[in-house]
Amino acid sequence: MSSLIDLVNVSKSFDGTLVLDDLNLSVKENTFVTLLGPSGCGKTTTLRIIGGFERADKGKVIFDGQDISSLPPNKRQLNTVFQKYALFTHMNIAENIAFGLKIKNKPKAYIQDKIRYALKLVNLDGYESRSVDSLSGGQQQRIAIARAIVNEPRVLLLDEPLGALDLKLRQDMQYELIRLKNELGITFIYVTHDQEEALTMSDTIVVMNQGYIQQTGTPEQIYNEPENAFVADFIGESNILHGTMIRDELVEIFGARFACVDKGFGTNMPVDVVIRPEDIDLVSPDEGILKGVCTHLIFKGVHYEMEVTTPDGFEWLVHSTDMCPVGKEVGIRVDPFDIQIMNKPASEDEEAVGLNE
Amino acid sequence: MKTTKDRLKKTVENFYLVLIMIFLYAPIATLMVLSFSNSKSRTQWGGFTLRWYGEMFESSTIMAALQNTLIIAFTSALIATVIGTAAAIAINSMKPLPKTVIMGITNIPMLNADIVTGISLMLAFIAFGISLGFETILIAHITFNIPYVILSVMPKLKQTNKSVYEAAMDLGAPPIQAFFKVVFPDILPGVLSGFLLAFTMSLDDFIITHFTKGAGINTLSTLIYSEVRRGIKPSMYALSTIIFVTVLILLIVTNFAPHRKLPHLRHGALRNEGGQ
Ligand SMILES: Nc1ncnc2c1ncn2[C@@H]1O[C@H](COP(=O)(O)OP(=O)(O)OP(=O)(O)O)[C@@H](O)[C@H]1O
Ligand SMILES: [Mg+2]
Repeated sequence: MSSLIDLVNVSKSFDGTLVLDDLNLSVKENTFVTLLGPSGCGKTTTLRIIGGFERADKGKVIFDGQDISSLPPNKRQLNTVFQKYALFTHMNIAENIAFGLKIKNKPKAYIQDKIRYALKLVNLDGYESRSVDSLSGGQQQRIAIARAIVNEPRVLLLDEPLGALDLKLRQDMQYELIRLKNELGITFIYVTHDQEEALTMSDTIVVMNQGYIQQTGTPEQIYNEPENAFVADFIGESNILHGTMIRDELVEIFGARFACVDKGFGTNMPVDVVIRPEDIDLVSPDEGILKGVCTHLIFKGVHYEMEVTTPDGFEWLVHSTDMCPVGKEVGIRVDPFDIQIMNKPASEDEEAVGLNE
Repeated sequence: MKTTKDRLKKTVENFYLVLIMIFLYAPIATLMVLSFSNSKSRTQWGGFTLRWYGEMFESSTIMAALQNTLIIAFTSALIATVIGTAAAIAINSMKPLPKTVIMGITNIPMLNADIVTGISLMLAFIAFGISLGFETILIAHITFNIPYVILSVMPKLKQTNKSVYEAAMDLGAPPIQAFFKVVFPDILPGVLSGFLLAFTMSLDDFIITHFTKGAGINTLSTLIYSEVRRGIKPSMYALSTIIFVTVLILLIVTNFAPHRKLPHLRHGALRNEGGQ
């Protein structure tokens, strides 16, 4: 399948500060792509370049094979759902939804049908003549989505559309959005800094940091096989350790040797090792590869969250349904396929944000 | 239950309020009463009459001046509103530093004493070889009205969400259409109050008009001034009363019309805007 949108070598700076550095991104038709990254990493800027609200300093935006880099927003076949909804407060709901269609001089009957259809789609039938102010945040958000999709865009851009909603509503809306995407068959490019949201909703996640793409992959790939310490640290909780690759399939951490499944890192090379807290098995001290003492215990509902301190002073984060009381000595074991080996960061930029905590 | 002390406090407060009102409005009230008095004496009530109002409406000089005043007020307010609104939009999209500087510069003409503005405008007109007359009054009024329009449009612009404009473009509207369809309705109350404010300011002005008008043309305020120098006629009371009432009504409309938050005249406006 060829791609619908391509960003080719896109760079952008504001007032001399480089915000996007030679970014390449390719979005396939009918996928849900999420741009994920910490605040200020350039997600919104990327989206605005696709939408036509910012011009890239360098590079091209390709849409369906055509260079649209210099096309203004009103000439692009895509629509945006803005973070603060940006509804037109002096118009009622129907007028808001009809806005794009009226501009395109669609017939009245067609517009009426579309309004009804869109309101049904976002579960707000009968809201035609309500005023914008009389709607709750979640409802306004759904109107913003309805207003965008009646134009039958090929791509919908969403910039943290659920950011202002409370947890419960946010979860409902996540399912709503996935359903919409499947029903309409349009491509979603979604921006968030919430990693759980990204994991739940996306077909593809693009992890960004400081204007670079750190990793692109399916949610499973991003979670289970982070390519570097930044991704591992940003997606979910993890133990990130300095290790030495003794040889293929054997890594040394704090003097103890763990079997793993990774190959091709050379011999006696320094590497970063990621171990997810839920992948650590606590066993009796003699059976463990490393010994430690449990120093923290919190009940989290589904599991216990524990910290096990090994003699070198590292605090291992452990999630388990079995409890280990504070002060008890335990052994640590990890299955080989639960150990993820990564190269040490190549650039200083990555280093700066990756591992210093 | 109210205590005696409370009641006393209330009485004193009311008394003070009445006193202030008397100070502020007694002179105008006197003028208004005299405009209905059937006697040329300034100290005696001669019975109620509308004679002076009749005389006023029959005087061709007064009517010509009235016509000038209204045309100048309306035209200058209209042009100042267009220029001022465009300027406010431009200033609002500037970076913070130039924005502060430009807002400071637009505030200066309002702080400037009218007499200085008047004389400098007159000198400028003469220096550029423009003969003083109707056009120069009009230009002068447009000039001093622009800052008032900027000041009433600016707060509205700040309130409008920038992404509303972008949303309109996103939905297919070209920039100009996007502006008039979604931004303009949002700032319209500010534009209207700017217009009314400019209209009032123009109606109200004497000093700047006096210096820029040249011979042979009068607005109401300059006419009253020249008549008064020749001896006060009661028809001038009537005229002043009408000007006062008109300005009062306009001010009430601009300040109390619904959804209309006007930067309160001169100093209040400067305080609100100065920091940004
Ligand atoms: N119009 C602008 N002028 C100047 N700097 C800007 C502008 N827009 C963005 N920036 C800067 O570019 C950087 C990236 O901004 P961007 O809005 O793309 O981040 P983001 O990833 O969307 O962050 P967040 O999660 O906080 O929304 C930030 O440092 C920001 O200050
Ligand atoms: Mg953002």
